[in-house]
Amino acid sequence: MTLSFTLSDERKTEELAARLAMIARVPDIILLFGDLGAGKTAFARAFIRAWSADPNTEVPSPTFTLVQPYEAPRGPVWHFDLYRLGDPDELWELGLEQAFAEAVCLIEWPDRLGSWTPADRLEISVDLCDQDGSETGTARIARLTGFGSWRDRLAALRDGP
Amino acid sequence: MIVDVAILKRKRTRVKPILGIETSCDETAASVVAADRTILSNVVLSQLDEHRAFGGVVPEIAARAHLDHLDRIVAQALGDAGLKLGDLSAIAATAGPGLIGGVLVGATTAKALAMVAGLPFLAINHLEGHALTARLTDNVAYPYLLLLVSGGHCQVLAVEGVGRYRRLGTTIDDAAGEAFDKTAKLMGLGYPGGPALERAAKAGDSKRFALPRPMLGRPGCDFSFSGLKTAVRRRVDELGEALDPQATADLAACFQAAVAASLVDRSRHAIEMFEVDHGAGHAFVVAGGVAANQSLRAALSELAGSRGMPFIAPPMALCTDNAAMIAWAGHERMAADPQGDGLDFKPRPRWPLDPGAARSIGAGAVKA
Repeated sequence: MTLSFTLSDERKTEELAARLAMIARVPDIILLFGDLGAGKTAFARAFIRAWSADPNTEVPSPTFTLVQPYEAPRGPVWHFDLYRLGDPDELWELGLEQAFAEAVCLIEWPDRLGSWTPADRLEISVDLCDQDGSETGTARIARLTGFGSWRDRLAALRDGP
Repeated sequence: MIVDVAILKRKRTRVKPILGIETSCDETAASVVAADRTILSNVVLSQLDEHRAFGGVVPEIAARAHLDHLDRIVAQALGDAGLKLGDLSAIAATAGPGLIGGVLVGATTAKALAMVAGLPFLAINHLEGHALTARLTDNVAYPYLLLLVSGGHCQVLAVEGVGRYRRLGTTIDDAAGEAFDKTAKLMGLGYPGGPALERAAKAGDSKRFALPRPMLGRPGCDFSFSGLKTAVRRRVDELGEALDPQATADLAACFQAAVAASLVDRSRHAIEMFEVDHGAGHAFVVAGGVAANQSLRAALSELAGSRGMPFIAPPMALCTDNAAMIAWAGHERMAADPQGDGLDFKPRPRWPLDPGAARSIGAGAVKA
């Protein structure tokens, strides 16, 4: 099942991320696809803030550090950015296996996962809206596709705001 | 008084050089620095050239790779300096923040060397190394204002003394260097993106495209570059086939101008915040790879000049990750506390320089 959402501004992104955070649980794996500048990190930031119930949590880009872990009352979230990764073998170094077992994992540039790609996962692809001509350039389309348990769980997002 | 005795001792016996080790990210590095600021050796193994083809991918992140190279790099650093372990006063290593595997390799190696040679071990915060580099290169007096702008960091610190750092602002999304790299990539320029984008911008018209000026005029001195990157992406998509060399140059020039405007605005705010506590006339230090950009450097230098602050930008080789800054931070720490750190010091993947800034880079989130 694929659900599409048009996110006209940052607030819409936050709303969708908050609804997703409500149905997410440890150890969900959420893969974020999209080109440079599409808004993957922005979505991840909104999700982490919603999951942590703290709108001020600092969520810097994890590109440099490759992974940023966060603790929250509902459980840990690990925010991965595999952009700089050379070899899937290096995923061991990042503690991916442990994270898959104990945390909600948000993974940017998940095409680098190779054989690590889990069967049970939510894929989110973020793209800039072509028809949006605004100078601020905030409109995006998010497409959510569920695999494994997410096939059914995604339905919870279909209705509502 | 114990303190006085320690100072007397140091004055009587010349402080010997310190070996520094840096393995917290992509570089495997070792360096020997003398107490009089002479860099006796500075060995950095970087994979940049080999992996240029991958457009930003630097695979040398694995602890295994640091492990493979570190012994040789340390031996070379000692050899270049013409010294043996016994000629040193301490062994300093980056003990965080960074990728824990790499940090463990460097810190454990340093502990082993310290134990074998009977020397103090010093656990250095990687950011402290960057923060104190201007004292190694230019003997800048405390306090000073530091703008650290690199691929991984973008923050402003009031450096008030050794161990006394106050973070005034930080990026809320991308680091400035990261924005350069990614923007260059999405414009189809080469890697590393910073120099490639700067080259392209030279022939460009910085007024052709309207790009946002991130955070301009906002209170405080936090940074944000993610929206600017997205704005460039939109221009690239809109231009499509029309993204000829001239349009590329113009867009690069516009991007660079936007970053400069943002850095200058944020720095101006930072200076105001700094001067409330410390008064005017202290140095403004810019460190990190982004300071290599001539246009940004000129803009920041002009700002410092207009505020009557000496502008200090340490040489690039000491602004990117290196071990000389770790060895020097070791000297500063030894001067303040000759005991060093215990061999049970646990490396810290998250280690904010300013514990007061509780929400710093992932730090507030992780319980040690």
